[in-house]
Parts: sequence; structure tokens; C-alpha cells
Amino acid sequence: MKPPLILQAFRQPDALTTFSLLDWDMLLRQARKGNLLVRLYTLLQERDLLQQVPPQPREQLEWSQAVAERHRQSVHWEVKQIQKALSQVDAPVVLLKGAAYVLAGLPAARGRIFTDIDILVPKASINQVEAALMLHGWMSTHHDAYDQRYYRTWMHELPPMQNIRRGTVIDVHHAILPETAYIHPDSSKLLAAAQDLPGYEGFKVLAPSDMVLHSAVHLFHEGELDNGLRDLTDIDSLLRHFSSHVAFWPELIERAQVLELSRPLFYALRYCSHLLHTPVPLSAIEAAEIAKPNRFTLALMDALYSRALLPMHPSCSDWCTDTARRLLYLRANWLRMPPLLLARHLFHKAFISPKEE
Amino acid sequence: MKVSALTTAELELQLKQSGIFIQTGPFVTHLQTRIASVAQGVGLLYTDFSLLEQTDYADFHVSLERPHNLRRWFKPQVLFRFDSSPPFKPLPLDQALPMLEWGLNWCVSSHANRYLIIHAAVVEKDGYAAILPAPPGSGKSTLCAALVNRGWRLLSDELTLVRVDDGKLIPLPRPVSLKNQSIDVIQHYAPEAIFSPKVHDTIKGTVALMRPPTASVARALEPAQIAWVIFPKYQAGASTQLQLLPKSRTFMRVADNAFNYSLLGTKGFETLSNLIDAADCYDFTYSVLDEAIATFAALKPPTFNT
Repeated sequence: MKPPLILQAFRQPDALTTFSLLDWDMLLRQARKGNLLVRLYTLLQERDLLQQVPPQPREQLEWSQAVAERHRQSVHWEVKQIQKALSQVDAPVVLLKGAAYVLAGLPAARGRIFTDIDILVPKASINQVEAALMLHGWMSTHHDAYDQRYYRTWMHELPPMQNIRRGTVIDVHHAILPETAYIHPDSSKLLAAAQDLPGYEGFKVLAPSDMVLHSAVHLFHEGELDNGLRDLTDIDSLLRHFSSHVAFWPELIERAQVLELSRPLFYALRYCSHLLHTPVPLSAIEAAEIAKPNRFTLALMDALYSRALLPMHPSCSDWCTDTARRLLYLRANWLRMPPLLLARHLFHKAFISPKEE
Repeated sequence: MKVSALTTAELELQLKQSGIFIQTGPFVTHLQTRIASVAQGVGLLYTDFSLLEQTDYADFHVSLERPHNLRRWFKPQVLFRFDSSPPFKPLPLDQALPMLEWGLNWCVSSHANRYLIIHAAVVEKDGYAAILPAPPGSGKSTLCAALVNRGWRLLSDELTLVRVDDGKLIPLPRPVSLKNQSIDVIQHYAPEAIFSPKVHDTIKGTVALMRPPTASVARALEPAQIAWVIFPKYQAGASTQLQLLPKSRTFMRVADNAFNYSLLGTKGFETLSNLIDAADCYDFTYSVLDEAIATFAALKPPTFNT
């Protein structure tokens, strides 16, 4: 069976010039579902292939490009506002994920649309950061006492805060995984290695290896994979970019052990190379295999992720896809908190929390 | 081939099976549905529209279907899907036809960023176009329906598309949606106009759709040049009054009525400034349709435009 068009496009962008109009129609539908239209546009633009795309699909790609330009501007603006709000707080502020890619000027920022800005701050400063943001117009979004407790006692972040004037959302983290998870990547190590962001005093981004590892743990501990392929292409882009540095791969493997993130890294490298044909050196693949699960688990994970990481479009689904998504959702919750706590949490959410309208 | 070339049964069958690829303004829409009332509505309202022979590409793949829930047995519903996912909650089944129109408007306004998209009716005569932006309830659609039944060309009654590249107004003629009393007013004013059956109790009250004039549909690929921006306001018993508006205020009011003004950033600002610069701008109060039509007929194109 031929791989879905969206995978063919990312594996071999040059082959896009041979796509028929019918192929383009389906490719754009898959890309739209996966939140990948803008990234597809970027892929073509970088290779100077846009002019070879038939006019109708090119038109649609250009529609999405307007959104991307606006998005880039607003991320810069929003980060400036956050910087202003936190100027009196004496603590390092690390930008995570999308905002970090944009501000650090990484290729992974190209064609990536996101709604929230994520930051990481030392746990000791989190109250100070929250107070400063509140003074500058950000409000906590979850007012239910149980939700507040859920976030503040068990999670690794404050309840999302929304700016009352702009409606923009910021997630303030003190760690990259919940307190209740079974692994605890040490936030102080991440903060210590973070790199300055020129032009944004007091703001930092994660070191290259840490950035990849955060992206990996985020994707492979996540329960809702609506943007799964988009997130995998992030990792693909980061790997391709950072691998120009000779020492990158050995450092990445070693850093994963230090931060207890060898397993998510193993999955990231595996599915990047399987699905997107990311060039990962054999030595790195072999080194990452120390965190390989047993072969039954691995066969199961392959079956689940090869389905759930594709866009949620009927053309990328078979009769197992829904089940695969549900099982990975369960797995993510399983990784998030111990069984008893999880049962209690789900019970509360199902029967006690007020229903959303 | 035009929609009118198919019998109702043929249209119904095609909508049920592979769907139809229909050209609406610059867009190709692939529509599928098993709902007979929608097929009849399409046959009635879209009769002059072109069906494409080439069925390997569409800008929007949409369908209307009845959700498979228990409710279908006592309170049947209809769901609009944009390429398999529904952007809105389902509505009662008898609102299927208005829902198709709302859905198609949504497709355009949330994707087609080659255009500055203004929530406004737009009509043209002798090469000069008038944009009528207005909040719901101001009588914009009524006035638009009256104008297009008196020789004006319909570009759109809901979405004004201003092409960012050259500032031209791009037609998107589709059925005109009339509400509540306006339906009777227009049926009385233009007895020859074709209407869908009335649909009661929608979120906008009673709605009926009017078939767009054949001549307007035939010229759907012909852009128009802006001449006037007119904010209509129906006020019972008021005398007809056309009042010049400063361009600065017009700019802000039109920007408020645009879907993607801020999304387009600098391009949005430039497109809108050029548009307002090239237009004469008015507030327009009316209560008698004939007088309103006479006022429009007497409009002089902006001098710097000729």
C-alpha cells in the first residue's frame, strides 16, 4: 500500500511536482486536517517549487500563508508584552515550543501556527510570575476549586492564563511533566543549560538537545494527537537543523539519560525516521535503543502510532484508527498520574465537576 | 452544463452519489447530500449555475447529512460538514437549505484570504459598484434584493470580496437570504422573483432564499469597480435621506464589518484605504423602496474615478 500523500510530501518534496490535480486535492485536505497547510507552503517555497504547483491548489496554499504572516507578527508582539509584564520579576523565563522556535529564528517556526505561549520558570518564582501577569491583565481561566487544585497540586503548570483584552493565552510551567508522572526531568538542569535570547533580556530558550527532548516528551506523553503529525514534523525540523553540529547526536543521547527522557527520545527518532524519513545516523538509532521497550510493547506502539500520528482525515484512517487514538489517550493519562489518583480524577470530572455548556 | 439541465430526480441522484461540483463566483464547491429538500432547493435556487465536468478538484468539499442519533426519529436534524468535520452544531432538519448558505459563507470567510472579506451586500450598474455594509436588521438584504430586481447586478448579498492584488470587487452571486417581513415586502415588490419555501424559527427568525438573477449569475466571473460605500438603514416612516460621510469614519465602520481585516495586516489596511479612497461614502435612511431605488439611480460616480 502506498503511504498517505501527506507523508509522501514531507519525505520527498521534489516529487510534489509530479502530483496530479486529484492528488493535490487530497493532499490539501489531509494537510488542512493536520494543521500542516502552512508548513506545506513553506516546504514548497524553500525549494522554489511553488510555481510548479497547479493554480487551484496554489491559491489555497496562499490563503493559508496570510495566516502565517500575521501569526509571526503577533507572536513577537505577545512575547514583548509578556516581557514587559515580567520585567520586575527576578527569575529566568524560558520560552518553550512554538514561541521559542519563532524567537530563536529556527526553521521549525516556519509554517507553524499555535495559539498558546508556553513559558518555564523556576518553581520558587512561580507565584511571583503569576502575580506579575495578573497585574498586567492575564486572568486564570479555571475558577472551579477542583480544577485549581488539580493544576496547583498535581500538574506542572498553573491553570492557563488569558489576557482579558487580547484573549491570548499563556501557560506558565515549572516543569515539563506533571508532579504526579512517574518520571521527573529535573527542571533546574533545563534552566541551567538554557540559552540567552538576543534582543529579549531575561528571556531564554532551551539548549538544542533539551529543545528536542521537550518536543519529544510532549508528543509521546500527549493524549490528544490532533496535531500529532505537525508535532512530529517539528521534531524532524529540529533534528535536521541541529544535526549540522558534529557533537549533536552523542550529546542528545547522553542528555536524554540525564533527564530520564531516553524512552520518548527513542520513540521520536523511530517515528521520525519511519514516517518522515528523517536522516538519523545509524549510531544514534543504535544508541537510543537502550530505551527500547520489549518487542511486544514495541509492536503495539508501532501499530498505534503509525495510525494516530496521521491527520484525522478519513483518507488517512482505517478501522483501527479510532481505537488506536483511544488507547494512546489512555496511555497518556496512565503516564500522567498513578492509577488510583487517575481513577479519582476521572470520577470527579465525570460526576462532580460542573458540566461545561 | 447548467444545473437546470438536470431533472430533479437526476440532481437528487447525483447529489446522493458522487455529489456535484458547482462553480460559485471564483470558488468550486463539491456538495453531497442525501436530503431531498436540499436537492430540490439547489435545483430551484442554483438553476443558472455551472456544473463542472472536471471533478478532480474543489476548493470546498461540503455535505449536509442527517446525524445518526436517536433524535432522528422524533426531531430530525441536519449537520453541515466541511470535509468530514462539522464547523457548527446541527440544526432542525427543515433549516437545511439556510444552513447550506451559512455553511458556504463560512467556507469563504474563514479561508479565502486572497480577498479582504467584508460583511456587506454589493451591487453594480453601468460599471460602478455600491457596497452596502450594515449590521443585521438594517435592511441591507431587503434593499439589495430590491435593487437587483430593478436592473442592478448582484455581486453578493452577504460577502463583499475585495481582491487584495488589485482592489477589484469579485462577484460571488448566490441566493439572497431574506428575513421576516422583508420576505413579503420583496415578494410584493418583485412578484416574478423565485423564492424557496419559508423556514420558520431559525436563529434569524423566518428565512426565505431568493434565486439570484440569471444575468448576475452569467456575469459571475466579471469583476467590478468600487464607486460608493453606502450604509443603509431602514426606518419605518422615515423620509429618504442620503448623507455624505467622512472617509475616516467610513474606514473604521467598514473595518468593523470585515472578517479578515486584522488577519491581513498591512495588506488589509492598504486594500481598505484604497477602497475607501476610490469611493463616495454615505449614510442612507429609507422607508419607501421606490424612493430608495430612485436615489440609487441618481448616484453620480466619484469624479476622480471617471
